[in-house]
Amino acid sequence: MLKKRIIPCLDIKEGRTVKGVNFVGLRDAGDAVELAKRYVQEGADELVFLDITATVEKRKTLTELVRRVAEAINIPFTVGGGISTLEDAQAIIRAGADKISLNTSAVDNPELITGIADQFGNQCVVLAIDTKLEENGEWMVYVHGGRTPTPLRTLDWAKEGEKRGAGEILLTSMNNDGTKSGFAIDITRSVSEAVNIPVIASGGAGSLEHFADVFRETRASAALAASIFHFGEIPIPTLKHYLQEQKIPVR
Amino acid sequence: MIAIIKYNAGNITSVENAVRRLGYPCLVTDDIDEILRADKVIFPGVGEAKSAMIYLKERELDDVIQSLHQPVLGICLGLQLMCSHSEEGDTACFGIFDARVKKFPPGEIVPHMGWNNLSDLRSPLFAGFGKEDTVYFVHSYYAELCAQTIATCNYILPFSAAMQRDNFYATQFHPEKSGSVGENILHNFLRL
Repeated sequence: MLKKRIIPCLDIKEGRTVKGVNFVGLRDAGDAVELAKRYVQEGADELVFLDITATVEKRKTLTELVRRVAEAINIPFTVGGGISTLEDAQAIIRAGADKISLNTSAVDNPELITGIADQFGNQCVVLAIDTKLEENGEWMVYVHGGRTPTPLRTLDWAKEGEKRGAGEILLTSMNNDGTKSGFAIDITRSVSEAVNIPVIASGGAGSLEHFADVFRETRASAALAASIFHFGEIPIPTLKHYLQEQKIPVR
Repeated sequence: MIAIIKYNAGNITSVENAVRRLGYPCLVTDDIDEILRADKVIFPGVGEAKSAMIYLKERELDDVIQSLHQPVLGICLGLQLMCSHSEEGDTACFGIFDARVKKFPPGEIVPHMGWNNLSDLRSPLFAGFGKEDTVYFVHSYYAELCAQTIATCNYILPFSAAMQRDNFYATQFHPEKSGSVGENILHNFLRL
């Protein structure tokens, strides 16, 4: 039986991991390669590296980190953050990443999804969507790390991303991110039922029950979290054991 | 020397890294002499069947691969290209295995992406594989079950997770991405 995936996310700045709380206020949580290896030992099913470095040397630093990670770990990993051209994607994939995650650059240039998918296959393209519930009750797409609203409705953008060749959707609820109050069940359910590609639920994980809830109440294939794993609040083996007891298939 | 066949599709670095971690010298090459001389050959890949086949034909690698006598391991698209035909791009493949490659039916979540169990294991490749062990898959097309199936996986329907005929071995899953379980499978192949 296909297992539900548990994915730690490592926010990367200049080769080290950081985690934003509600996308602001960063805390240092250690060396990226060492942390990645620890997660593999603990039973993480995949890893996501999100680069938030904003310097000119960014691409070179990131490519070098991807190369080191690929040498060190034996599970799949995704790299995202500022990948805005086919050449960026090629460099990251050739360095050993399994998937590329696109966010702002996909909204600015949806052709990029198709371009990468055509060259490397749909499974290489993860469409990352930061979504926010507006006062009018609509879940809207935000870009630039959640700072900039767009006129895109989340459900429409998810479907368009699938049509353009994305192989997976990483859906982060900005309302829930950093709150530890649980995943955004309603939008995760809507998106996961509207598309036929895997959806990764993200934002809001704070307890074991939150993971069971999102897998029971939505069609999500995976759940992603950062700080609760980095600071050891929920060890991955504890989470896996709990989900198994709850009859949710995990590795 | 282990030769990893270089072609235009996907993440070959991962296969190279996995072989090196197991302590075997390897090279990524599309040079026919180097491939013929290798002790073992790995034919990896993710990507699209038709363009991969065109690339291989242009370099005459399709005939070379089929003529090899040393152990060969196809991975993912490698397995599919060793079947008779793929629905992806309506592509005629090598025909080493008597199976056709089909697209998963619509309405389900595709690609089949993530960790899944194996059953009906019939090969030394799976020595040491535990009943609860899982391996990592990512694919939208699958090979039917056939006489050369040596491991079955169930997603939507049962399909060939691994196949073998004579010196030709292949896995639909990615041993190089399947943690220590996958490393063990790769090691079993490298020790053949």
